[in-house]
Amino acid sequence: MKILRARFVTLARLGVVAILGLSASCTAPSSPGTSSSNPGTRDTFVLGLASEPDTLNPVLGYEPDGGSLLFDGLVRRNADLTLAPALAERLPDVKGTTVTFTLRQGVRFHDGTPLTSDDVAYTYQAVLDPKNNSGIRGDYTAIESVEAPDPATVVFHLKHPYAPILQRATLGIVPRRLLQGQSLDKAAFNTKPVGTGPYRFVSWTPGDKVVLEANQSYWGGAPAIKRLVMAYSADDNVRATRMAAGEFDATELPPKAAARFEDQVGLTVYKVPSADYRGVMFPLDAPVTGDKAIRKALSLALDRSAMVGAILTGAGRPAFGPVAPGTTWHNPAVDGTPTPDRDQAARLLDQAGWKPGSGGVRVKDGTPASFTLMYPAGDSLRKDLALAVASDAKKIGVDVRLAGLDWDAIEPRMAKDALIMGYGSPYDPDYINYEMFHSSFSGQGFFNPGHYKEPDVDALLEKGRAETDPTVRKQTYDALQQRIRDDEVWTYLVYLQHVYVVRGKWTGIAPAVEAHEHATGGLFRTLAEWKPAA
Amino acid sequence: MTRALGRMAAWRLAFTAPLLLVVTLGMFVLAKASPFDPVRQYLGDRALTTSPEIARQIRANWGLDRPLAEQYLTWLGNLLRGDLGESRSMHRPVAEVIGERLGWTLLAAGCAMVVMLAASLVLGSLAAWRRDSWADRLISGTAYANEAAPVFWTALIVIWIFAVRLRWLPPGGLTDAASGTVEPADVLRHMILPVAVLAFSQSSWLVLFVRESLITTLREDFVIGARARGLRERTVVVRHALRSALLPFITLLGARVPELVTGAILVETVFSWPGVASASVQAALAADFPLLAALTLLATLAVVAGNLLADTAYVIADPRVRVLGVS
Repeated sequence: MKILRARFVTLARLGVVAILGLSASCTAPSSPGTSSSNPGTRDTFVLGLASEPDTLNPVLGYEPDGGSLLFDGLVRRNADLTLAPALAERLPDVKGTTVTFTLRQGVRFHDGTPLTSDDVAYTYQAVLDPKNNSGIRGDYTAIESVEAPDPATVVFHLKHPYAPILQRATLGIVPRRLLQGQSLDKAAFNTKPVGTGPYRFVSWTPGDKVVLEANQSYWGGAPAIKRLVMAYSADDNVRATRMAAGEFDATELPPKAAARFEDQVGLTVYKVPSADYRGVMFPLDAPVTGDKAIRKALSLALDRSAMVGAILTGAGRPAFGPVAPGTTWHNPAVDGTPTPDRDQAARLLDQAGWKPGSGGVRVKDGTPASFTLMYPAGDSLRKDLALAVASDAKKIGVDVRLAGLDWDAIEPRMAKDALIMGYGSPYDPDYINYEMFHSSFSGQGFFNPGHYKEPDVDALLEKGRAETDPTVRKQTYDALQQRIRDDEVWTYLVYLQHVYVVRGKWTGIAPAVEAHEHATGGLFRTLAEWKPAA
Repeated sequence: MTRALGRMAAWRLAFTAPLLLVVTLGMFVLAKASPFDPVRQYLGDRALTTSPEIARQIRANWGLDRPLAEQYLTWLGNLLRGDLGESRSMHRPVAEVIGERLGWTLLAAGCAMVVMLAASLVLGSLAAWRRDSWADRLISGTAYANEAAPVFWTALIVIWIFAVRLRWLPPGGLTDAASGTVEPADVLRHMILPVAVLAFSQSSWLVLFVRESLITTLREDFVIGARARGLRERTVVVRHALRSALLPFITLLGARVPELVTGAILVETVFSWPGVASASVQAALAADFPLLAALTLLATLAVVAGNLLADTAYVIADPRVRVLGVS
């Protein structure tokens, strides 16, 4: 008995030592805070965001469209989406294949080192280097090379005249000194970034939050909000709960989850229009969807107002083309009625030879008017839209069979089955549309999977890409939008609105038409200019 | 005895090497057979706006276009040189990701283990001692129900009650959203719910085991003898019956380690606890193979080590025990 007791005591001691050892070995996964400010003071503003970035390195794809508060690009966007110089002294002329930027004087990185043209050149070279596995490299393929002839000058050499080059210059500039010669797959910079932006990096607890503090010596003036916490929580209901509990000062929510905050004192709900559309992408070489009459009739038969009202609970608008209303480039002539016109749809089908057949499905030369519509299985919004399309189509005798699939299963089928798809950027009409409608991208992955091939559309896209005169460019894209609408290459369904809830009264909030991604961009991209309203 | 223990440890280690080889090879084959494309997961939303040529380049950079055997041998060679590779989804060295997260997992799992041990000992003894009383019914009833309930479900219910309705404790995270530093008191407050859920979900087995074992022991001659000698009831139960009922408990604990690993994965994910277990979920979702492989290795090692520790403890506690390698 005595021996046994002694053994148990030994065991117990071992256990205690083990547990103490474990506790002592714990350290914070974040770097120690360099901040001296007191947590919990009123200066801290907590953003509740849905998706955490994989990296904070712009070269690897962190907020290249200017949504980052840590970094500045050569240019930035005003509230109305026009461009303004940021790290560049002024907006350069864009003509031909050479664009020269002069840098703003006296800008320093957060670690105190001065910004030079070397850093700018390095940033773009690093994106373009295939070894770096940058996911955004494809956006910059128009750039042939970037040079830094003197510390204040950066010269971009383009492969071909490329009008949107200034739009691409919102990419955040990184310090060459901290990255050169390293493998970007594991650079410490990816999680401890140093930029020139209005906020400097303090700490990142992966899976939880990123903490930033105001850059007091920011060239554009120090921000009023001194400490910024970006807390990540993927679940919409959890974010709504934490917002209601007062833990968050602002958050992004789907329209349904935001409804409870509508009439609360001290809270403001912002519904911001976006260029983020959902539509039906057709395989144009397939027998049924290849017939323009079917596509036109389907577009006429859809009840887009019901989709906006019921599926988006009002937070959206009907879509008829790939360029969002509210942006400079939108062609107002590309329009339609939000409510269905089934008589006109039926007439179109009759004229094209699609005659009513058995089971209510129209038939032409023995082929039933029937096609498969795919949607990504995990996406409930696209699923609801697919259901609505199928039900509207049935009313005009077109049979739409639905298939909810994983992306890996969708990709090989895109050449023969239709798909509920979404894209959309408010910045430049060349973005995405070139790849989506140009014949050279026909069948390239998710680009132009419907094999749309029209020489005059190719010509319009090429002209729009190269043309730098705004008036001519606008005419070109107006014609392009009309052409896409006439051919009904896609049937566009809805544009989404992004919904935000903000606590307190602020000046400087500048809603603008937003892009598809809205992590720290969106309404929060101007956070450095928010000031408490008196 | 020390030599015997050493021999046992050596035996186990000898078995561990081939075991790890089999586990990692299995992992590679599964990853190859998986329908998920790591490059698409890596690109995320961007996958839909990235040309296939760029995706091909990334695939080639990662060596994913090489034959399976070559990929495996390269990975194994790097592992033997101490290089775990880079996490693709986090853009950081795997060793660094694990290093900063392991402590938090060990803290939560360690605390959960202690709570689980203490609570199941007390509750199990109570249930056995007052067998068929209302306390026993409540304890064993809850234990059975808990055994049937999935951990994540328990966790969500607990969050709903304590964080959403009562607002006593935070629903997740390591520290308050607004705090920038890691204060022990803050962490402790955030730790209560995950540790409690993990301990609770793993304890029902042990509670029931202690109860059964103690009930059997209470019927043994030496217990009746102790009672006949007029010893206090407490002395009889705690010092005589419980002690001899406990030996198999040690082995059971070792056998619980895999369950603890699974439980930790679910609990860390639900409570956004920044440990290695939640990282393995992220790695799996992102098809981040280098990270997933390292974490699987770690979990395998934890199970082997848990069993070794339990057997060691058993041998120390009862020298009559014979295990492989100890004769």
